[in-house]
Amino acid sequence: MDNYNFDVIVIGGGPAGLTAGIYISRAKMKTLIINEGTAGGQMILTHEIANYPGVESTSGYELANIMKNQAKSFGCIIRSNVRITNLNFDGDIKTVEVNYKDIYSAPAIILATGGRSRSLGVPGEDDYKGKGISYCATCDGDFFQDKKIIVVGGGNSALEEAVSLTKYAASVTIIHQFDNFQAFPHAVEEAKKNPKINIIMESKIIEFLGEESLKKVYIQNQRTYEISEMNIDGVFIFIGYKPNTEMFKDKIELNQWDEIITKENLETNVPGVFAAGDSIKKRYRQITTAVADGTIAALSAVEYVNNLKVLSQA
Amino acid sequence: MLRTNLKHILSEKEFKEVLDQNENVMICCGRMGPMCIPVYGIMEEIEGEYKNVAFRDLEFDAPHSHVITNLPECSSFYGIPFTVYFKKGKVVKATSSIQTMEQVTEILNNNFGKE
Repeated sequence: MDNYNFDVIVIGGGPAGLTAGIYISRAKMKTLIINEGTAGGQMILTHEIANYPGVESTSGYELANIMKNQAKSFGCIIRSNVRITNLNFDGDIKTVEVNYKDIYSAPAIILATGGRSRSLGVPGEDDYKGKGISYCATCDGDFFQDKKIIVVGGGNSALEEAVSLTKYAASVTIIHQFDNFQAFPHAVEEAKKNPKINIIMESKIIEFLGEESLKKVYIQNQRTYEISEMNIDGVFIFIGYKPNTEMFKDKIELNQWDEIITKENLETNVPGVFAAGDSIKKRYRQITTAVADGTIAALSAVEYVNNLKVLSQA
Repeated sequence: MLRTNLKHILSEKEFKEVLDQNENVMICCGRMGPMCIPVYGIMEEIEGEYKNVAFRDLEFDAPHSHVITNLPECSSFYGIPFTVYFKKGKVVKATSSIQTMEQVTEILNNNFGKE
């Protein structure tokens, strides 16, 4: 069997990519999912999913496993935890190079690379990840029992997690770069009325310092540019998500937020290249919307490949 | 018990046996959460490539997890999973929180090689 030439290659193995894999392989097309992370994408970050129609309650991990096994059962091949080292979308046959050696080709590609947590990108952040800096309150909150912590961000996640972290921490300081919160009013209200929460607006952390673990941060006021320091045990960062589209720059059309621009059938500006899920320009990002995108992109890609076959036989 | 496809360490006795019976061991101690699952996924993916390494997981909230969490190499850790690499029973490397495939394979290649 030829393991390098496919009808459709799906880049990304979250709910959009796995759904595309299910639909395309079930249409008896040779389908490959290439995934730089673990199959399931952001879905596996969800401890409980209670609003996925048809399933009363499950974990993201379990739902991801079912989708993965469903795709495999129809013949879809999944390569996870690989590194995509080159992409070529020129011409009728597109190629994806993996780990600098394996080159896979297909007439149609679906981009379903999702998004990831934003990091601050300031000095010390990488050094103290897991040693005081966290991006998951549910995972690491209990390490900070009676400790002094900071939550960075001003959206719903930041404010809700700040409130939840008061179960453990002695104090929680919310640092937000703007002069108003983006979170819903009820989330702001909950945070403001919590006696353990302090709020510092219009400020940014500009450096993390410590020894074996995090000890201190430098904070800069964005209006006065005054820099202050704060001794701290932990920092939780919740500043939203960014689309994983760096590798597509200069290959397909992106907007100013690096989201992929698509047509109604989820085709990009490049013929034969489709996109689905959290990496595309859209308003709502849910598992259900990713699954819907994956379906539309899959059916569009199948139609595209079938049309190519008809043309080549004409 | 963790719901992974890895072999689990279910007691302190099993932990000792794994270290006694294998020269190279990688143990990921975590929960079924967003920082841990990607590391289990990486281990499952590469388990077949590193025949010279025993890959195991260990539940962070199990009573015997102290065999990992009390290691001096983990004393500064504030993020799960705690991933510890042993050679001949001694810790050669320990990491905290989520890791990438490249970070994991670099540690494996540098400390254990690939057979």
